[in-house]
Amino acid sequence: MAYTNNDFKKGQPRWCPGCGDHFFLASLHKAMAEIGVAPSQTAVISGIGCSSRLPHYMATYGMNTIHGRAAAIATGCKVVNPSLAVWQVSGDGDGLAIGGNHFIHANRRNINLNMILLNNRIYGLTKGQYSPTSPRGFVSKSSPYGTVEDPFRPAELCFGARGHFFARAVATDAPGTVEILKAAYDHKGASVCEILQNCVIFNNGTHDAVYSKEGRAKNAIYLRHGEKMLFGENNEYGIVQEGFNIKPVKLGEDGYTEADVLVHDAKCEDNTLQLKLAEMEWPVALGVIRDVEAPTYDDCVWSQIEEIKEKKKYHNFAELLETNDIWEVK
Amino acid sequence: MEIKEKESVVVRFSGDSGDGMQLAGNIFSTVSATVGNSISTFPDYPADIRAPQGSLTGVSGFQVHIGAEQVYTPGDLCDVLVAMNAAALKTQYRYAKPDAAIIIDTDSFGPKDLEKAQFASDDYLGEMGIDPDRVIACPLTSMVKDCLADSGMDAKSVSKCRNMFALGLVCWLFDRDLDVAFNFLREKFAKKPEVAEANIKVIQAGYDYGHNTHSSVANVYRIETKHKVPGRYMDITGNKATAYGFIAAAEKAGLKLYLGSYPITPATDVLHELSKHKSLGVITVQCEDEIAGCASAVGASFAGALAVTSTSGPGICLKSEAMNLAVIMELPIVVLDVQRGGPATGLPTKSEQTDLLQALFGRNGESPMPVVAAASPTDCFEMAYAASKIALEHMTPVILMTDAFVANGSAAFRLPDLKQYPAINPPYVPEELKGSWTPYMRNAEGVRYWAVPGREGFEHILGGLEKDDKTGAISTNPENHDLMTRKRQAKIAAIPVPDLEVLGDKDDAELLIVGFGGTYGHLHAAMDELRAQGKKVALAHFRYINPLPKNTAEVLKKYPKVVVAEQNMGQLAGWLRMKVDGFVPLQFNQVKGQPFVVNELVEAFNQIINK
Repeated sequence: MAYTNNDFKKGQPRWCPGCGDHFFLASLHKAMAEIGVAPSQTAVISGIGCSSRLPHYMATYGMNTIHGRAAAIATGCKVVNPSLAVWQVSGDGDGLAIGGNHFIHANRRNINLNMILLNNRIYGLTKGQYSPTSPRGFVSKSSPYGTVEDPFRPAELCFGARGHFFARAVATDAPGTVEILKAAYDHKGASVCEILQNCVIFNNGTHDAVYSKEGRAKNAIYLRHGEKMLFGENNEYGIVQEGFNIKPVKLGEDGYTEADVLVHDAKCEDNTLQLKLAEMEWPVALGVIRDVEAPTYDDCVWSQIEEIKEKKKYHNFAELLETNDIWEVK
Repeated sequence: MEIKEKESVVVRFSGDSGDGMQLAGNIFSTVSATVGNSISTFPDYPADIRAPQGSLTGVSGFQVHIGAEQVYTPGDLCDVLVAMNAAALKTQYRYAKPDAAIIIDTDSFGPKDLEKAQFASDDYLGEMGIDPDRVIACPLTSMVKDCLADSGMDAKSVSKCRNMFALGLVCWLFDRDLDVAFNFLREKFAKKPEVAEANIKVIQAGYDYGHNTHSSVANVYRIETKHKVPGRYMDITGNKATAYGFIAAAEKAGLKLYLGSYPITPATDVLHELSKHKSLGVITVQCEDEIAGCASAVGASFAGALAVTSTSGPGICLKSEAMNLAVIMELPIVVLDVQRGGPATGLPTKSEQTDLLQALFGRNGESPMPVVAAASPTDCFEMAYAASKIALEHMTPVILMTDAFVANGSAAFRLPDLKQYPAINPPYVPEELKGSWTPYMRNAEGVRYWAVPGREGFEHILGGLEKDDKTGAISTNPENHDLMTRKRQAKIAAIPVPDLEVLGDKDDAELLIVGFGGTYGHLHAAMDELRAQGKKVALAHFRYINPLPKNTAEVLKKYPKVVVAEQNMGQLAGWLRMKVDGFVPLQFNQVKGQPFVVNELVEAFNQIINK
């Protein structure tokens, strides 16, 4: 059965006008329609925060739960019923501050969740405090003289937790977002999608360099597995290796030619270069940065159950009782 | 040799944590149960994994109470104390009756051992005031070495068999048939027959040693079973019974069983037990923390499982947040709290009843949750089943309270027949409501319907924000919030629970003893003792705490004196005072981390009666 975006839409979103969440929501509806899993077979589970309102605007099963716990709740849901497509939606505070522990362990376990991280580098719902992704020195209501701490870089955290999938898109870039969401669904295992999203009220302009199409043409690189890492309005730039590092170069300058440009390998088991790509400040890497197959937690749980069912001789409660040392009193 | 008929005896095995006292005790209780004796056991182990060998802090004990009639507790003081080293004698002698027989391994009472046990001289019996005539002193270690000299086993393996020598000696003392013990070992070590045979040889040696050497000095006890309930039995600990209760309930309800948990003493054995039973389809996830244990259970429940999370001590604090989510989303989960000594890390291996008010009230907002408590190791099965049934049929999180005492203690468990247990029927949303259904529509009992993901036409969202009663949409409407608060409260209040049973002199008691949960055995034994002394005494023991049984006020107000006895500072008493108008009970409170002592209860209750 074919679905349309409307089959996944529900209600009237109540985010601020211009909020990046609106753009992302539209892309999620579109991606789900294209993926083609029925709304009744889909669960969208969020924590608390502006972006965590999202399940209310989905015609699927969903839960808008408690702050930070979405990944843990989604884990229970997925492992009990692996046939459900489970999407977990969090903001940067929900996912990486209060929910940081669940985020890393969901990645480590490699449970088959599609984990969306809407990153606006600010706490919106509580009205403007710095978040764990705000840059050092960031001035906010809770840091009037600037923060004195370093931010998390989500990809680094995902890779540090042995994550097997990491992709990035800009909320306003519908095709780019839909593409990574579909790739996240296709990937079996924990799939982290970092969505760069603007908060018009408390952190306006945080992703300005890549928020417009023109900006992305200048300042972003779309990575595709097996393709050369070229970028710029006329693909005049490329990413090359330099010693133990990578760097952007202008082709034709300093002797660099297209032959020197690296080919993206999202499937490479070793995440060293993928991490370097994810952490580039210019250009900002977009698309699927890492996508490596590995056994998923939910599959392994169920195959172990099947395997033990074969091996053991007891399969119901009455038979379980008989496995004990029993004596009879007459 | 004199053979003494006894109603009941208490044996306490004690030694280093690694001395295998629990195994010896378990075999002894199984051997006794097999002849139909009533049994109750209690392990008392230190918080350290392996404290330094021979040190006072490293002593662990295992107490077994066997009786001709029903025994309700592992016993206050023991008739026989086995002390495998000097430290064990030093720390465990206080659990021995004045005329108790003491079995010691003299090989473990050398100068170094005595020094570690902080004895001042080599006259350790004198220092403790122990009459040497009551002591069966044997060079146990050397005899085990001799016995296994030809076995080819290394010294360490040989030393591991010392506990079996002590067991053999105790079996002789109680005239026990060794064949049962032999069969037990042959099954336990089925894959290592040489280990089984070595152990068997040592048990026999211990038995023979007693018979040949001490038959002139010691008594042999006989405990004849009087009232047998025919049936098939197994030995079960409270934690294992709890796990079995969940398995039984899931099977009865036709649901997958999910446990989200984080290891914590003394609840971990439930995780261990359930992890074994993959062939029953049981899913266990050892989570990253206590929070995730409970949160993942909420997710598992949403997906349609019987979802459980288990914990103890500080773990219950961490679960409060996700429990509350289940309260407002009206999803079924069972939260198992194996209570231990608090606050904070407190006394991790010891037993208390100090979480009751937290179970009732320890969440933000108006957050009513059913609370039930298991009264004994075998009752853990019944209450785990009951808690699951309440959760699934009333769409609510339920707290099941046990404690370290009932969780680790064991008793003979008559194999239950699941067919005799009540059906469990979750309120699945009827298909005919498709199109008109909203998430907070309720059935006649005020229970929200359950629509499990996967069903087409019932897609919906739940959440931690207050919802509109009719539409299920987020609502901050004041009247709606008040209404929803009342509906959640009314739903819990309407849960049917069995009436409070009164035992003993129910018509004319001068004193009613009231308790809950794991103190049942001690309170019952205290009542029996008082009645044997000619006092009119009754016992009302709560297993259902929220909602309270309907006849609670009637029972509590019927007797001239009422004492609420609990292992906390008065939490049940406070709850009853809140729920029963004008009820002001007397209190007996003790927070020692140890089970009640029946004699102390009897003394305290006698004082109340005589006042």
